[in-house]
Amino acid sequence: MPYDPSNPLQDRITDIGPKYFREFFPPVIEKNFGKWVYHEILEPGVLVHVAESGDEIYTVRVGGARLMSVELLREMAEIADKYCGGYLRFTTRNNIEFLVSDKAKVKPLVDDLKSRKFDGGSYKFPVGGTGSGITNIVHTQGWAHCHTPAIDASGVVKAVMDSLFDEFGSMRMPAPVRVSLACCLNMCGAVHCSDIAILGIHRKPPMIDGEWIDKLCELPLAIAACPTAAIKPAKTASGLKALEVNAERCMFCGNCYTMCAAMPLADEVGSGIAILVGGKLSNRISKPKFSKVVIPFIPNEPPRWPSTVDAVKKIVDVYAKDARKYERLGDWAERIGWERFFEKTEIPFTHHLIDDYRFAYTTWRQSTQFKF
Amino acid sequence: MGKHKTPMLDELENGPWPSFVSDIKQQVEKGKHILKDAPDDLLGVLEMSYEDKVTHWKHGGIVGVFGYGGGIIGRYCDQPQQFPGVAHFHTVRVNQPSSKYYTTKFLRELCDLWDRHGSGLTNMHGSTGDIVFLGTTTDHLEPLFYDMTHELNQDLGGSGSNLRTPECCLGMSRCEFACYDSQEACHQMTNAYQEELHRPAFPYKFKFKFDACPNGCVASIARSDMSVIGTWRDDIRINQEAVKAYVGGELKPNAGAHSSRDWGKFDIIAEVINLCPTNCMCWDGSKLEINNAECVRCMHCLNVMPRALRIGEDRGASILFGAKAPILEGAQMSTLTVPFMKMEPPFDELKELIEKVWDWWMEEGKNRERLGELIQRKSMQEFLRVIELEPDPRMVDEPRSNPYIFWKEEEVEGGWTRDIEVYRTKHPR
Ligand code: HEM
Ligand code: HEM
Ligand code: HEM
Ligand code: HEM
Ligand code: SF4
Ligand code: SF4
Ligand code: SF4
Ligand code: SF4
Repeated sequence: MPYDPSNPLQDRITDIGPKYFREFFPPVIEKNFGKWVYHEILEPGVLVHVAESGDEIYTVRVGGARLMSVELLREMAEIADKYCGGYLRFTTRNNIEFLVSDKAKVKPLVDDLKSRKFDGGSYKFPVGGTGSGITNIVHTQGWAHCHTPAIDASGVVKAVMDSLFDEFGSMRMPAPVRVSLACCLNMCGAVHCSDIAILGIHRKPPMIDGEWIDKLCELPLAIAACPTAAIKPAKTASGLKALEVNAERCMFCGNCYTMCAAMPLADEVGSGIAILVGGKLSNRISKPKFSKVVIPFIPNEPPRWPSTVDAVKKIVDVYAKDARKYERLGDWAERIGWERFFEKTEIPFTHHLIDDYRFAYTTWRQSTQFKF
Repeated sequence: MGKHKTPMLDELENGPWPSFVSDIKQQVEKGKHILKDAPDDLLGVLEMSYEDKVTHWKHGGIVGVFGYGGGIIGRYCDQPQQFPGVAHFHTVRVNQPSSKYYTTKFLRELCDLWDRHGSGLTNMHGSTGDIVFLGTTTDHLEPLFYDMTHELNQDLGGSGSNLRTPECCLGMSRCEFACYDSQEACHQMTNAYQEELHRPAFPYKFKFKFDACPNGCVASIARSDMSVIGTWRDDIRINQEAVKAYVGGELKPNAGAHSSRDWGKFDIIAEVINLCPTNCMCWDGSKLEINNAECVRCMHCLNVMPRALRIGEDRGASILFGAKAPILEGAQMSTLTVPFMKMEPPFDELKELIEKVWDWWMEEGKNRERLGELIQRKSMQEFLRVIELEPDPRMVDEPRSNPYIFWKEEEVEGGWTRDIEVYRTKHPR
């Protein structure tokens, strides 16, 4: 019986949660669950895991655009039926993994995947994303679906991945390089702890829609939303209750707009990209680190954001050449010193990069140790 | 061909990386989705944003299904006349199975469902983990939910001020480093707290994530208010023959992760012994020794020699609290709170802890204050008191350096009530 709008609560099922993951395991995974002994990366994009029983499962990892159509999902299903007994999975960085139990099918699968292209010419299923290379970019909604972005997500990611494409399919970095993108500083994702992060920022204070603000917003919530206390109550010329932004104190975070529709701040030339580097979240050798801002602003340049692409590429190239084996980008920058990082990457150091938010003091240099 | 001209987006069909534009266009042409104009008009409005360099989505949007307070993100285009296909373009979050294994049968059922009720476009997956159905109209929401629960036995994910959809690394299903069953923990916690997930009752959002070892493949330490990270407390198991095989060059370091470049012959001293953060390893040319008491379980040596070194056998997890993105008080990673907890289903000890944390935060948390901010405002000490844990040097990187120390009155002999006249009997004015 289908849904009956005249009786919405009839037959309603709730609180059943997700499907049980074990329903979706390939038999080899089910049998050897928790009994894996080792793994090996056979070539970029291809892994083998070996269990105590001697059983093997092969994994072929391919890049995904994350925003994808059901037609493409159906094509993946077809491939998984043909080579993988109908099993596949998605990774935490939005790549797709085809799980192959039959070794003889690995090469035909890889060849098949590499041969599939969209009409426009891009690969549908590029193989890679393993080991010390550059895997998929964790990213957000952008202009495709969100109301608070300073930049697009899908477009910038496509432009950057095109330029880093060779690194997706190879493993020649000193350590894995994680690139992430968030289109505003809500940072839906992993931007604050990635090797390279692309972040949308604004540079103009919000405008106030005076005639509407009291109707659309809970004014105290907007005031409380401001990290720098730049917002205070005000009255419009016509006597309506409104808010006022002290532009000198505003650093354009956009949180007031998140709370209040009458305070938009995105702008054609004001909004753009900041680049952060040096974050990580594994505990390997060094502790997890936040990413740090090294380029305060690059303009939005749709559709291919060339200045952003160049900046990312340059940082990757210098790091790849200079860092030691196993050294994450942040470990490298800390070892050589940030002054050397700016010198080697030829990025200008400006006043915007010096912290001035609350306990900023700890980020200045209380020492005479520095390099000329 | 599409009905809008999209010269800028067309540029993004070039280049090798999978093009979302080509994919959306193929959905426009071949798709059997019910909202015929949606993908095409999405490209149209996106092209307009590429020209204007500003988003064309209106602020906010409150929609949902009866009985739930979240799960669906309402969205309306600010140019509905020009792009009627995306005048309503709501996102539906669908709770994914732990670590995202699928059968093609289930994947196709999801596709069919979304064809019948939406745009045919998805995000696989949202950064919190959900399957994201991208774009439908308000009148499709209830029928979609009805069919999803009745036909697929599948529920919505979370949004709003509540428990969001939990997520885990793939754990014991395909990784030899897994120290507990992160998938089972994720699944059981999701089911235990369905009420908290579907009906917002918290001061703000709350996320769980489960990593089965400190490599952090689901990034729990940075992306969840409660991060459960697997570890062990006995010795790393060493296979000395395999160590020799690495030294001899028969086995590839780091499972071959660096093999596209010539880094020279594997040098166990340079690549393992000298990089150990605690200097607790020793190689005398024939035998590898680890002073396990000094090991901080950073995973480096295991990552480099996965066939020679294995996690210990007394396993569990560390539990850390408070990670969040910058808004409002600055970004935080989670802080170590429980150094070690056994992690066996049904995870009663973990549930007990979660409920103590929630009781406190729901009572004390201000509107839109994340747990990490509450801990900062009220202090780590207060947090430890409410969850009934003794302070432990493992919880800090270093002791405080300022001496602005609060003492409880009962800790100080004689208390705080004093008489100045008594003082004056010995110290005249
Ligand atoms: C054999 C396969 C894999 C191995 C050996 C592996 C290993 C690791 C290691 C060692 C780290 C920490 C690296 C570091 O910070 O030094 C890491 C991080 C991570 N891995 Fe994996 N990983 C594998 C597969 C995957 C897959 C398939 C995914 C997701 C689909 C994934 C997602 C992540 C994420 C999200 C992180 C943290 C990313 C970040 O720093 O932004 N990993 N992985
Ligand atoms: C130096 C060592 C390692 C590095 C650099 C590394 C890196 C990564 C990366 C980059 C990913 C994300 C892949 C993607 O989605 O594109 C990943 C995922 C993953 N890694 Fe590793 N990895 C390492 C070691 C390991 C080891 C030793 C294991 C298991 C024994 C492992 C198991 C996994 C698994 C299972 C995932 C998938 C997580 C998921 O999708 O949920 N990794 N790793
Ligand atoms: C205003 C509209 C917003 C939209 C459209 C939006 C959209 C999203 C989406 C689609 C996801 C992935 C969800 C999933 O996988 O289920 C997400 C995750 C996230 N959102 Fe938002 N978001 C918004 C506002 C915010 C705000 C206000 C904050 C913080 C103050 C925020 C912080 C985050 C974070 C940190 C994540 C990632 C969590 C993780 O890594 O697991 N978002 N957001
Ligand atoms: C009852 C309160 C205090 C007493 C009795 C006290 C006493 C002293 C004494 C005896 C010295 C050594 C002077 C010398 O070497 O000739 C000293 C040095 C110093 N005191 Fe205090 N002090 C007090 C409070 C403070 C406070 C509140 C601060 C700062 C917030 C402070 C900062 C210093 C500094 C910076 C020095 C110099 C240390 C150095 O030589 O490196 N003192 N104090
Ligand atoms: S990062 Fe900001 S703009 Fe991007 S999806 Fe999240 S809330 Fe929206
Ligand atoms: S944009 Fe941020 S800093 Fe500026 S007024 Fe709004 S909340 Fe305050
Ligand atoms: S977090 Fe650890 S156990 Fe989980 S998949 Fe990553 S390496 Fe394996
Ligand atoms: S896990 Fe890390 S700390 Fe422990 S012995 Fe290995 S390298 Fe050293």
